[in-house]
Amino acid sequence: MAEVRDIEFKETAARLAEAARPPAPSPSGQDADELKGEKMVLNVGPSHPATHGVLRVVVELDGEIITGARPEVGYLHRGDEKIAENFTYTQFIPYTDRLDYLAPLANNVAYALAVEKLLGIDRQLTPRCQFIRVICCELARISSHLLGVGCYAMDCGAMTVFLHTFTEREKIYNLCESLTGARFTTAYTRIGGLSRDLPPGWVEQCRKFLNEVVVNIDETETFLTRNRIFMDRTQGVGVIPRDVAIDYGLTGPNLRGSGVEHDLRKAHPYLVYDQLEFEVPTGSTGDCYDRYLVRMEEMRQSVRLVHQCLDQLPGGPINVSDGKIVLPPKDRVLTRMEELIHHFINVTQGVNAPPGEIYFGHENPKGELGFYINSKGGGTPHRLKIRSPSFVNLSILSWLLPGHMLSDLVAVLGSFDFVMGECDR
Amino acid sequence: MTALELAQQLRAKFAGLISDPVEFRGEITLKVSDAERMPEVCAVAKKELGFDYLVDITSVDNYGDDPRFTIVYHLYGYGHLCWLRLKTEVSEEKGELPTVTGVWRTADWHEREIYDMMGIRFGGHPDLRRILMWEGYPYFPLRKDFPLAGKGSDVPEVAFTNAAPLEGGPFVTIAGGKDTVAREPRVRIPETEALETNARLERRQGIKKAHGHSHGPGPIEGKR
Repeated sequence: MAEVRDIEFKETAARLAEAARPPAPSPSGQDADELKGEKMVLNVGPSHPATHGVLRVVVELDGEIITGARPEVGYLHRGDEKIAENFTYTQFIPYTDRLDYLAPLANNVAYALAVEKLLGIDRQLTPRCQFIRVICCELARISSHLLGVGCYAMDCGAMTVFLHTFTEREKIYNLCESLTGARFTTAYTRIGGLSRDLPPGWVEQCRKFLNEVVVNIDETETFLTRNRIFMDRTQGVGVIPRDVAIDYGLTGPNLRGSGVEHDLRKAHPYLVYDQLEFEVPTGSTGDCYDRYLVRMEEMRQSVRLVHQCLDQLPGGPINVSDGKIVLPPKDRVLTRMEELIHHFINVTQGVNAPPGEIYFGHENPKGELGFYINSKGGGTPHRLKIRSPSFVNLSILSWLLPGHMLSDLVAVLGSFDFVMGECDR
Repeated sequence: MTALELAQQLRAKFAGLISDPVEFRGEITLKVSDAERMPEVCAVAKKELGFDYLVDITSVDNYGDDPRFTIVYHLYGYGHLCWLRLKTEVSEEKGELPTVTGVWRTADWHEREIYDMMGIRFGGHPDLRRILMWEGYPYFPLRKDFPLAGKGSDVPEVAFTNAAPLEGGPFVTIAGGKDTVAREPRVRIPETEALETNARLERRQGIKKAHGHSHGPGPIEGKR
C-alpha cells in the first residue's frame, strides 16, 4: 500500500507546534498580544452532515487552524446497558441491532457469541450455524465499509461514489431481507443458533451479489485511490502513530491503518475463521488515506471469505439440540410435555446461565465490539457492558485534531467511520 | 507466554496485594485488594508485562453488598495476545479511586463513563465530567436503585427527563408474585419493593375519560 506515497506531509505534532508558536514580535514594538487575534470557539454538530449522526465537536480556532477540540457525545444515549439488566438474554438481541446500525448482523453474532461463551457452548455450535454466521459478519462488514467509504468520499466532495456504493448496499439489504425478514433490524441470531435457515436460492443470490460487488469496489477505487483531490484531502492528514493508536485503544481499520497488524479473527479465531483464508491489510503511515485503503482491502477480503463459506457450507441443523437453550420446534411443543416445559421456561425465564463473568471481543466492521457479561445465574445478566469501538475511537479526537485546518476536521471525522448509535448506546 | 503465567508474574510483584488467579471460560481474573494502588499495578502490567492495550474499564453495582462497587479492568497485550482482567472494589461511602489515565490515555473516557453512570469518582482524572448524560443531571442511572422507568429531572434550558411509561411488552418475571404487575421487576424500586406509579394504568384511565374506550383513541371504523 506504499506505492502511492508520493506527497510530502507534515506530522500532526509539527503542525501543532507551528500553530502554538507565538507570533513574531512586530518591528514597531507593538504589544504582541494586540496583534494576536482572538481565538474563536466553533460548535460543529450535533447536527451537521460531517458528524455522521449526532456528534458534537467544540473546536477552538486560531484563524483556520484548530488549536483545541472537545468531542461531546451522548446525544443518542438510550440506556441499552440498563435495559439489558432487565431483560432475558434472548430479549436483548433486537437491541444489538441498534448499536452499530450499519452492520446489525455483525452485532447479533457478537452478542450471541458472548452469551454462548458464558454458557460454555461456543465450541458446540453446529457447523452450518458457524458458517452462516461468518457469512453474516462479512456481509455486514462489506455493507458498513461501503457506507463508510461512500460517505467519506462525499465528505471530501465526491458525490458520485456515495450513490455508487449505496446501489451495492441496497443489494445487501435485499439479501438481509430474504435471510432474516427485515432489511435493517435483523435480530437474526439466537442463543445457540439462528432464527432461521438460509431460504432457497439464497446462496446463488449471494454469489451473484459477490460477483457484482467486486466490480463495484474496483470502480470505487478508480474514483478515489488515485484521485488528486481525494489524495490531497486525505494524505498526511490525521496521522496517528502506532503507539498513540494503541494508547488510545483504537481498534479495527483505524488501528490497522496505523500499521498494527491485529485482527481478532486471526489472533483469537472464533466461529470457523481458523479454517478460512484471508489476509489482514495494514497501513504504513496512519493517515486518513491509509484508513481508507485498509477499508477497501478489507471489503475484498470479506468477499473472499464469503465465497469460501458458500463453497464449504455444510448441511445439518442450525441450532444446538439442547432444549434448555434453544426453543424446541413448534410441532413438538404442541404435542410433547418436555418440549412444552422447555419452551415455557425459555420464554418466561430465559436460558439459565451459570454465575460468572466473561468478556468477548468481536472484530466488528468498526473495531472491537466487546460484551462484558457479569452473571449471578439465571436468565438475566447482572451487568452487561458494551465496549463499543466508536466510543473508544472518538476519544482520540481531542489529541488528533489540534494542528489541523478546520476543513481537515471533516476529512478526519469521516476517516474514523464511527456510528453514534453504538458510541452512545 | 500464557495469561496465567503473566498473572502469576504480576502477582509476584505485589506480594499480598493481589489474589490468586481465578479462571472461568479460559479467562484469568485477578483481584486487587487495595483500589488506591491500582495505577501502580496497571503501570507495572503495562511496562513490564506488555499489556499495552486497555480494552475496557467498567463498573458493577453489587447493590446490598459491602463494598458496593466493583471496578473491572480488561487488559490486553499486542505482543503476547493475552487478556487479563483486574478487579478492585470501592465502597459506597468512599466512592473514589485513583485514575489510570496516566498509564493508558484511553482510560479517560471509560472513567468518565463510569462516573456518569454509577457515580464513582476517579481521583486525579484530568477532566471528570459527565459524558453520556448532560451536565447537571442529578442521578446515576446504572445504579441498581435507579428504576428502569427513569426519574424526573429538570435542568432549565438544558434538558429534562420524565419517568417513561412502561407499556406492555415481554418482561422478565419473578415467580411467586401476587399478580403480573408485582412480579414485573421493571416497575419495582429495589429498596422499598413498592411499585412505581403505574403510568400505563393512569394513561389508560385518561384515554377512557376522553374517549369512552380504554383500548386506544377510539375504533377506526367509527372515524370513517
